[in-house]
Amino acid sequence: MSEPILATHALCKSFGALTATDDVSIDLRAGEIHAIIGPNGAGKSTLIAQICGALAPDAGTVELLGRDVTGLSTQARAQAGLARTFQISALAMEDTVLDNALLGALGAAGNPWRLWGRVSRDAALRDRAMAALDRVGLADHAGTRTADLSHGQRRQLEVAVALTLAPRAFVMDEPMAGLGAEGSRVMTGFLDGLRQEAPILLVEHDMDAVFALADRISVLVYGQVIATGTVDEIRADPAVRAAYLGEEA
Amino acid sequence: MIGERWINLAVPLALLAVPLYALMADEPFTITLATRATILALAAVGLNIALGIGGLVSLGHAVFFGLGGYAMGILAFHAQNYSPLEIGPLTFAGTKSMPVIWLVAVIVSAMAALLIGALSLRTSGVYFIMITLAFGQMFYYFAISWSAYGGEDGLSIYVRNGFPGLNTLVPIQFFAVCFVVLCLALALNAMLRASPFGLALNAARQVPQRVETVGLNPMRLKLMAFVISGAITGLAGALFADLNRFVSPSMFSWQLSGELIILIVIGGVGRLMGPVVGACLFVALEHWLGGLTDFWHVWLGVVLLGIVLFARGGVVGLLTGKAGPHV
Repeated sequence: MSEPILATHALCKSFGALTATDDVSIDLRAGEIHAIIGPNGAGKSTLIAQICGALAPDAGTVELLGRDVTGLSTQARAQAGLARTFQISALAMEDTVLDNALLGALGAAGNPWRLWGRVSRDAALRDRAMAALDRVGLADHAGTRTADLSHGQRRQLEVAVALTLAPRAFVMDEPMAGLGAEGSRVMTGFLDGLRQEAPILLVEHDMDAVFALADRISVLVYGQVIATGTVDEIRADPAVRAAYLGEEA
Repeated sequence: MIGERWINLAVPLALLAVPLYALMADEPFTITLATRATILALAAVGLNIALGIGGLVSLGHAVFFGLGGYAMGILAFHAQNYSPLEIGPLTFAGTKSMPVIWLVAVIVSAMAALLIGALSLRTSGVYFIMITLAFGQMFYYFAISWSAYGGEDGLSIYVRNGFPGLNTLVPIQFFAVCFVVLCLALALNAMLRASPFGLALNAARQVPQRVETVGLNPMRLKLMAFVISGAITGLAGALFADLNRFVSPSMFSWQLSGELIILIVIGGVGRLMGPVVGACLFVALEHWLGGLTDFWHVWLGVVLLGIVLFARGGVVGLLTGKAGPHV
């Protein structure tokens, strides 16, 4: 087994009496999609926040490419190769689609301190941004104001911004949220191909997508990982069926 | 509706036309009014970089305006008294040269902005407003108690400072100096807005969490904007003191910070010409309504209320027909 790209070791986080993350150890290996599922309130968002640096764990560590990044800020983790997408699109709504992708390209270049010259005429940044937009099918909308995009297109743009970073690992918080059947199918197809570039830690409620995509699934209930395994193992696991899948499966 | 490009061209031309007309009609006071509007516009252009692009509602920009004013006042005071200016072990001569005064004003305001920004930017929202206000009050009361430079009475400078090759005592020449500085600041603002820094700053205002996730530090971006913003407002303060040949603690007052915000809101937050339009309207209202009643601020309030309720993009937003959703 190869060294994991991203891993948590015995991560714990409580809010008062509520234990949101309880001794969570998961890993993400090269080339895989590892899905995290669990009922509402299971602590999925809290876990993601700790992995990406928005929230400090009470105990435990987060490792990226074999390096302990627990004490690093969100932006340092991004620079180290971690790209996340948000459950609720976090995009500069007043600006164009291209501007949002350019922000990613600027982040990848790591230098926002140039105060002169039009950013839209910077060939290197622009090429990088357009390439990402092209991959998610938004190249024709580069000049559109982000606020005027449909919900599905905003989800695509979320992914495009992550792509501009050329990351070593993706953390995606419900990329299918609010997508229709068709949109979900397109996104599933896209993520399917993306895992070869960088592995994806995928938090998702859409079970069809999870079962179609995931190499491994971890089930989170009340902050604890109650099972980790392949799709078939998880489907067959009695504890998972009782706790979560129930009638849905 | 009018394109914003036309407004960006027409507004400075209109501002230029007023004193030129006044010159021909021999109305020097109108030139002074236009100069006052130009300098207030410059101060607000500075604030608009922090407020409009960076989303930083600073209720303490009078600090930089005042520091610019006192930089001028102190340097010119020592020059007119032929007394050396001693700072610790260092001794400087005062100066009556505008470029030197401007340089000092810009450096001092930028340093103050770095300090105030580094502390204030740890907070956001209403706390940021309050902490910048608190800094403003600190400087205000310090100036009042600083008896070496006039304390509450302020400092009078008898002769306006000089600019190489010009006679700044001639109103139109001093206006020209201020107007050129304003145009340069506007060009700087436009350049910043389109630059990589401007893109990142603009995103930091709207979605700071996104900026972090692409590996950039939104706080540092905002701090840089705050420093540039403070430096420009400080330069405006030095010019304002030169216009009045007088500097007093009122330049540090929170009312002035508030007025700068008000005139940006009237003109259009985040719009290039917003501060210029706002400053011109402000000075015009102050002059005409102020001539009719001492309570002209009531009518300013009515204008402000109308803008906030019905034209969120300010006058520039109204003219371009784009309801600027800024801030």
